[in-house]
Amino acid sequence: MSRSMSRSGSRFRGNLLRFGISLAALVPTAAAADVKLGLAGPVTGQYASFMEQMRRGADLAVADLNAAGGINGEKVVLQVADDACDPKQAVAVANRFVADGVQAVVGHFCSSSTIPASSVYAEAGLVIVTPASTNPTITERGLTNMFRVCGRDDQAAGVAAKQIVSRDLGRTIAIVHDKSTYGQGIAEGVRAELAQQDRNVVLFEGITQGERDFSSLVARLRALNVDVVFFGGYHTEAGLLVRQASEQGLKARFVAGDGLATTEFASIAGPASDGVMFTFYPDPRVNAGTADLVQRFRSAGFEPEGFTLYTYAAVKVLADAAKAAKTMKGDKLADALRAGTYHTVLGDIRFDRKGDPNSEPFVLYAWNNGTYAPLK
Amino acid sequence: MDYFLQQLINGLSLGAIYGLIAIGYTMVYGIIGMINFAHGEIYMIGSFVALITFLAIGALGITWVPLALLVMLLASMLFTSVYGWTVERIAYRPLRSSPRLAPLISAIGMSIFLQNYIQLLQGARSKPLQPILPGNLTLMDGAVSVSYVRLATIVITLVLMVGFTMLINRTSLGRAQRACEQDKKMAGLLGVNVDRVISLTFVMGAALAAVAGMMVLLIYGVIDFYIGFLAGVKSFTAAVLGGVGSLPGAMLGGVVIGLIEAFWSGYVGSEWKDVATFSILVLVLIFRPTGLLGRPEIEKV
Repeated sequence: MSRSMSRSGSRFRGNLLRFGISLAALVPTAAAADVKLGLAGPVTGQYASFMEQMRRGADLAVADLNAAGGINGEKVVLQVADDACDPKQAVAVANRFVADGVQAVVGHFCSSSTIPASSVYAEAGLVIVTPASTNPTITERGLTNMFRVCGRDDQAAGVAAKQIVSRDLGRTIAIVHDKSTYGQGIAEGVRAELAQQDRNVVLFEGITQGERDFSSLVARLRALNVDVVFFGGYHTEAGLLVRQASEQGLKARFVAGDGLATTEFASIAGPASDGVMFTFYPDPRVNAGTADLVQRFRSAGFEPEGFTLYTYAAVKVLADAAKAAKTMKGDKLADALRAGTYHTVLGDIRFDRKGDPNSEPFVLYAWNNGTYAPLK
Repeated sequence: MDYFLQQLINGLSLGAIYGLIAIGYTMVYGIIGMINFAHGEIYMIGSFVALITFLAIGALGITWVPLALLVMLLASMLFTSVYGWTVERIAYRPLRSSPRLAPLISAIGMSIFLQNYIQLLQGARSKPLQPILPGNLTLMDGAVSVSYVRLATIVITLVLMVGFTMLINRTSLGRAQRACEQDKKMAGLLGVNVDRVISLTFVMGAALAAVAGMMVLLIYGVIDFYIGFLAGVKSFTAAVLGGVGSLPGAMLGGVVIGLIEAFWSGYVGSEWKDVATFSILVLVLIFRPTGLLGRPEIEKV
């Protein structure tokens, strides 16, 4: 996912690009009558379950498209490729898509794959819509072909800070992070947003990943009488911190980012996890108007969780834009994507100049009894 | 004042754990002059055995907490001692007459092996334990709050340290250990079974690490295969700070490091905590190269 970004495959990109171009000259392009969509993601590896979601979503979206006459009267075919969330393999996949005459891409999953692959698509003039990569960098590189239907990590910070203020969780706020790229990034985002909202951050501090003992920190938070603690980091340290805070009788509300969206957090924190809040992607399954679609997935024996509906929406957005532009050519398609409003299972999507969606991409969830649910 | 007291207790309980593990480093160093880098992993195994035992006796239907704790402690010490003994037997004894670097590399290899072995066997996910001994002691109208488990850790550590110091100073095993520490060859000539003494030293160190592992499990309630690394580094530092080879030194070093960490994160911030710890270590070693309680090594002629 987004957090795993950072390794870069750029050193290899040059060579692979040249290789890809030479391949393009050799391989005949696909039959002109079909619209070829590429779907790339981790078919294998530890994130393979997410690719299953993407694939289910894309398959049904393509089936629906073809049932309704395809794109501009042409049948849509899906070409699936495995990047294994490896930046180097992602570039190879991208080159093969270009060589095989793929006309637009849905994917990739990991931000670290999406970033190098999208540069390849940009040079080949293909539009790419990612349903899952949330790293801010993705749409900050001035690429005109890059879009996403999911949110950005830095938006999570904004949402967390605004929710702390709008829900009036407290006046005295402490921010703790784990010094990781993800944790410190989101913590600094929250601090900046809270400063704008004129809230008092009394403590901003980093802890060490792998540390067990937070008793001194908790004593300090107690002495400062904080009402709210924002934690930027992952579930292990968050769980230990929350547990020790409750043991020492710290009466503060905890808010965190999507690093807490795993049941492991609740098992570490124990009963202390009740009431801990965190930002996470909204679940489109509860949106008005998705009930039919969700039912169709379920009757096919698949629960459309996680990124399934995001991928369904990504395919639909591409198809609608192609209909509006009356072509699959990259630059026209990208202009159409930026111009229109698209009705999807995620709600109405408008893209900004950079390719980010306008929708509110994160909502606040809360833990209760070992499970989490969106807060009303 | 209450804040100071709170941080003092936090630091003491943290330091007690470091001290318990540090004793294992210091005893092994004292007797064979080698840093047993796998000791942090032995401690990690101790807490895993404690957790597994707790789940097993829970499944047997034993719910009386004192008995459960006692069984956990004994099982953990027993199994961990076997690991300590085995590590010495297969990784260090064959290399005892080799140059110093060889057992050191062997120790690092052992540490990596044990870590991966537990990761494969138990998985990489953190293993949680719901609080067995809940409850806090509160002083000064609730301004100071310390859990009973932390208090118990401090007490148990003190008792064990006194016990082990007496064992070293008063018993025949302790006399044999001190003899091996001074001159293994001579001790052997005088009828001390050197191999057995060294094995027992590893067993004792491992048993103490098991106590630390179980206390950590009870205090924090979460363990994983990686906890041995950081604890090992800190405890090794404690042993060096107190003077490698000195039992009270290891304890003192552990407490000093625990207190530095607690007060630094309490009054300055968690950010530069480890920098503070190691700066003080450097300062101490500049002025007392053998550590706080270490005796200068006398060159044997």
